[in-house]
Amino acid sequence: MSKTPVQFRVNGQDRAVFAEDAENLLECLRRGVGDMSPKYGCGQGTCGACTVLIDGEPHLSCLTLAQGCGGRSIETTGGLADGPNLHPLQAAFMEHFAAQCGFCTTGMLMAAKALLDKNPNPTRDDVVEAIAGNICRCTGYEPIINAILEAASRGSNSVVGGAV
Amino acid sequence: MVVSVRTYDQVGEAANALSSDREAYFLAGGTLLMRGVNEGSRALSTLVRTTDSSLRQIQSSGSRIEIGAAATMSDILANRELSFLHPAARAVGGPAIRNMATAGGNLFARTPYGDLTTAFLVLDAMVNFAGGSQAQLPLGQFLAEREKQPRPLVAGISIERPTSAAAFRFLKVSRVKPERLSVMCMAALLPQSGGRVQGARVAYGAMAPTPIRMTAVEQALEGVTLDESGVQAAAAAANTGASPATDAIASEWYRREVAPVHLKRLLLGQGS
Repeated sequence: MSKTPVQFRVNGQDRAVFAEDAENLLECLRRGVGDMSPKYGCGQGTCGACTVLIDGEPHLSCLTLAQGCGGRSIETTGGLADGPNLHPLQAAFMEHFAAQCGFCTTGMLMAAKALLDKNPNPTRDDVVEAIAGNICRCTGYEPIINAILEAASRGSNSVVGGAV
Repeated sequence: MVVSVRTYDQVGEAANALSSDREAYFLAGGTLLMRGVNEGSRALSTLVRTTDSSLRQIQSSGSRIEIGAAATMSDILANRELSFLHPAARAVGGPAIRNMATAGGNLFARTPYGDLTTAFLVLDAMVNFAGGSQAQLPLGQFLAEREKQPRPLVAGISIERPTSAAAFRFLKVSRVKPERLSVMCMAALLPQSGGRVQGARVAYGAMAPTPIRMTAVEQALEGVTLDESGVQAAAAAANTGASPATDAIASEWYRREVAPVHLKRLLLGQGS
C-alpha cells in the first residue's frame, strides 16, 4: 500500500493528508480529515449522499480520486454552520421537515448550495434540476424543494441564529 | 484489493504506461472506474492518470470540432460552439456527474449509458489516440473494438459541425426525470435538400451492447419528406439491426415496442 501526500483546503482550512492508493475523496475526508459530514451511500454515483463542492462545483466524493484533489478547495456540510448559527439552507430544511432519516440531507444541502451560490433566485425547475442527482427515499422531495426555495428567498449567504 | 495509481505529467507518458500494462486502465473523471474501486473489483489493479490539461481542450478547425477526451459534460455545456450538442451532454446524469464525466469516458460507458457517444455517432466522429502509431479510428469501428487490449489512450473525439442546428436531433427516453437512465436514446442528422432528406444518419443508444448506427432507418429516410407519411418506412424499420437487452430500466420487449414511436417523434421534431 502506498500513501500519497495531498494538500487541499477543506471548508476554508488548509489540510495535509496522506491518501492511500486509489482512495476516494469521501473516505479521505472521513478518515484523514475527520470530517464525517459527507456520507457513503451507493458508491456508484447514483445516490448523491457524498456530494461535496470542489472549487465551488458539486462533485461526488465517492467517485473522486483523493490524490487528484491537491490544491483544490473542498466544501462539505460540516462547514455550512457558523458555530451555533445555521446556514439558511440548514434552517429551511429544519423548518420544512426536509430531513426524515437524514442520510441524503448532507448531499442535498451541498447540491442546493452549489445552485444558490450561482443562482440566488432559482425557479422550481432549477431546484429540481440541481438535486436531480440526489436520491431521497423518505420525503418525496417536495419538502426539500420548498426548503431550498425558502432559503433562496431569505438570501443564502446570511446565517440564522440558534442551534438545533 | 489494492489498486495502485500512476500519475504522469504528460499525456504521452500516460499513453506509454497504458500500452505497456495490459492490466492498467486510464482514469479520467472516475464515474466509471471509481465504482469498480469502491466495489473492490478484482479486474482493477492499476489506474493510470495524467495531470496534462491539454486533454481537456475543445478546439474547432473549419467544419470540425475536436473535443479533448477529458473535457467534461459541463465543459461541453459551457461551450457555445457546441450548443447543438448540449441536449445530449445535459442528458448525462445530474449536475455532479456532469462535472466529472468526460467525453472520452463516455465512449467506454456500458449500455444503458453512452448518450453522448450516441450523438457523436451521427456527427461523423473520429477517435484520436495519444502516442503510438494509430492516429484515428471512425467511432463505429472504435466501439466494435473497445474491449480489445491493450487499451489505447483516447486523446479526443473529432466531430463534424452540423451545417444547420435544425439538422441535428437528439432524444432521450427515460422513466424518471430529470435524473435518468436511458430506456433508449436516439440521435439523428437529417440534412435536407429541396425539402427532402439527403444523407441521413441515425444512431441509437441502449438498444445494443454499444451505441449503434441504424443503417436500415437511414436508408428508409433517403429522399423522403419529414412528415407523417414520409417517415412511415423509417418507423417500420425502427428495430432492424437493434438488439436491446432486458435490464432494470426496461425489458427487451418494451424497448422494441416503443422504438418506432420515439423514432417518429424524433423525425417529426415532436420531442419525447
